[in-house]
Amino acid sequence: MSDGAVGGRPAPVLPLETPAPRSPLLLGDEAVALAALHAGISAAYAYPGTPSTEIFEYLEPRARALGVAAYWCTNEKTAYEQALGVSMVGSRALVSMKHVGLNVAMDPYGNSALVGIRGGLGVVVADDPGMHSSQNEQDSRILADFAGIPCLEPGNQQEAYDMTREAFSWSERHRVPVMVRMVTRLCHGKAEVVESEPECRMPPSKPADPWEWTLLPGNARRLRKLLLESQAEVRRHTLESPWNRLEPGGASVRKGVITTGIARNYWLENRDDVPERRHHLHIGAYPAPRELVVRLVEEVDEILILEEGEPFLERRIRGLLPTALEIRGKESGDLSMTGELTPEEVRRALGLPARRELTTGLVLPGRPPQLCNGCPHRDAFHAMGMALEGRERSVVAGDIGCYTLGALAPFQALESCVCMGASIGMAKGASDAGLRPALAVIGDSTFLHSGITPLLDAVAHDTDMTVLILDNGTVGMTGQQPTVAPHSAIEAVVRGTGVAAEHLHVVDLHPKRVGDVAELIRREVAHPGLSVIIAVRECVESARKHKAVEKRREGGGAS
Amino acid sequence: MIKADIVLAGVGGQGVLTAAGLLAEAARRAGLTVKQGEIHGMSQRGGAVTANLRMADGPVASDLIPRGAATMILSLEPVEALRWLPWLADSGVVVTSSSPVENIPDYPPMADVLEALSRLPRSVVVEADPLAKQAGSGHANNVVMLGAASGFLPFPASLLRDVVGELFRGRSARLEELNLKAFDSGRAAAAAAAAAG
Repeated sequence: MSDGAVGGRPAPVLPLETPAPRSPLLLGDEAVALAALHAGISAAYAYPGTPSTEIFEYLEPRARALGVAAYWCTNEKTAYEQALGVSMVGSRALVSMKHVGLNVAMDPYGNSALVGIRGGLGVVVADDPGMHSSQNEQDSRILADFAGIPCLEPGNQQEAYDMTREAFSWSERHRVPVMVRMVTRLCHGKAEVVESEPECRMPPSKPADPWEWTLLPGNARRLRKLLLESQAEVRRHTLESPWNRLEPGGASVRKGVITTGIARNYWLENRDDVPERRHHLHIGAYPAPRELVVRLVEEVDEILILEEGEPFLERRIRGLLPTALEIRGKESGDLSMTGELTPEEVRRALGLPARRELTTGLVLPGRPPQLCNGCPHRDAFHAMGMALEGRERSVVAGDIGCYTLGALAPFQALESCVCMGASIGMAKGASDAGLRPALAVIGDSTFLHSGITPLLDAVAHDTDMTVLILDNGTVGMTGQQPTVAPHSAIEAVVRGTGVAAEHLHVVDLHPKRVGDVAELIRREVAHPGLSVIIAVRECVESARKHKAVEKRREGGGAS
Repeated sequence: MIKADIVLAGVGGQGVLTAAGLLAEAARRAGLTVKQGEIHGMSQRGGAVTANLRMADGPVASDLIPRGAATMILSLEPVEALRWLPWLADSGVVVTSSSPVENIPDYPPMADVLEALSRLPRSVVVEADPLAKQAGSGHANNVVMLGAASGFLPFPASLLRDVVGELFRGRSARLEELNLKAFDSGRAAAAAAAAAG
């Protein structure tokens, strides 16, 4: 056929004799995982959450082969505490999570710069600007700053590898955890990554001084002072670090650009079209060194600040006092305060004309995500709909998982989604305020993550509410990771919280039994007290995977 | 300078990410620098799925292809091809399957969709589903479309065909044969469509 000959001129074609690929093509997430293994970690901990999940998925089998401990945990807080324990005994640990997972881990995280980190502690947090699969778009750099934790922000997959490697040595040098801040595009983008020489694991040893790890008030005051004193050394380090680089522009050019992390890519994408050679400061390591910003500002009258997420650096540079310097960025309205940066948005902010965009007159329908065919959640929502029919004043609090899609048409079965475990607490609040029936809908993994403690409250206060636990036996949303406890454990856990046996039910959510389940919900909703219904049926995707594994085991490879 | 920016599109479950991976591997074997961007999570569940594949004989900066800059939209579904049109460069080509995935209530009339595709400066429309079934599996429509796209890449089509063969050879001889057949039928259909257009 005529190659590329439908109108236009044929594209250049490479000859066939080509070199072999040099290095693996890795997701940013995978580059982080590989770097942690190469840094000689003794353990890795995580809870699944988009866009961070693939870090641990890539790491786990490789860790097992190396004899490195790697565990999916109950939640991000338990994961973080376990990583701290590894550091306390002098070995390196990785803990990874999505941005809102860091909120769950906030209690140990917020104190962890005060203790005397021994083995390097790498905290990888994956932000989701644009909220592709999240409830908010918080910027973890702010939380690194808040906790006194240095932060490395990779701009590409190679830097994700190199910075993760460095995070562990930085952590040991400054005796604080070090954050690697990832963002969705980087987590889920693949590029070639060149590996460097692996390091050895450090064997555990008893901590010499327990007072480095015991935050009793008197001692915490001492450690807080030590942390503040150490910040000068950290700032010296980020000033010298090659991750922060000032590239001078043309001699008479009075414009500058500051980029952080992947925002640099969008600057580079457009740079050749910018007529003048602007001064460029890139920040990859925080705290951002004041000296470099000052050196840049001495050369320019105007700076454009490009960063993914909040205008974190921009606010700091802008401050509160008036300045002759023109500062452009998100707060000036040159870039959007919400959503991801894009090459075209940066192009516009640079004052370059937009490229021509093709359109048709046709109005295209959206194609939102849907629950899979055969998904047990579909039947759960049907049963709920039947049970609540005619009840005008009911409220159904939802939670985080595939089943959050039950808020959308055709089900419209859920009326809230705030954070992991919130369904139970919020349904309780609604009931406490007097609006009943109040229901909570929560998945098994989310229940184990954060649903047990609010259920204890509901038991303690004998709340009139009904909790529906959708037990599909897996963490479905993020790709069917194992839950921390098996199916059978959920009932025992609920019973252990003190829920009355006659109002605790475990039912098979078979499509043919939807009517029975609806009847049960109706009955328990009418009960003026706490009820818990555990509706069990395996996730259709994980069932398919299990079947495929079995088939392979039996069939010996014939597809 | 050699540079290709491909927006891959389709519906969750159609194998968009597999197709992106095969293209990326072929580009790497051609000695090109590759960046392959995709979004996981929510968007996979029967919703619109997209991947950005960028290849060049020099460095590639952004994971995202800028609007108005893609050299190709390669789509496994006709409405999804139209969705990404604002990303296509003036000189770019749309290579799409005409087999619809009608899992939404407000799917536009097929005649309107095909008409919109035919009005584009450069488009190659291939009926992928029947070709995939003829090759032996309805799931092979992503490979049919790789075949259809193979004439518009900055490296020889045989390179991509080899990568497809290798992937499925690892699974079974039957799958290898089936997918190579799918690839060849897509390539032939695109050639016929280009000749007719």
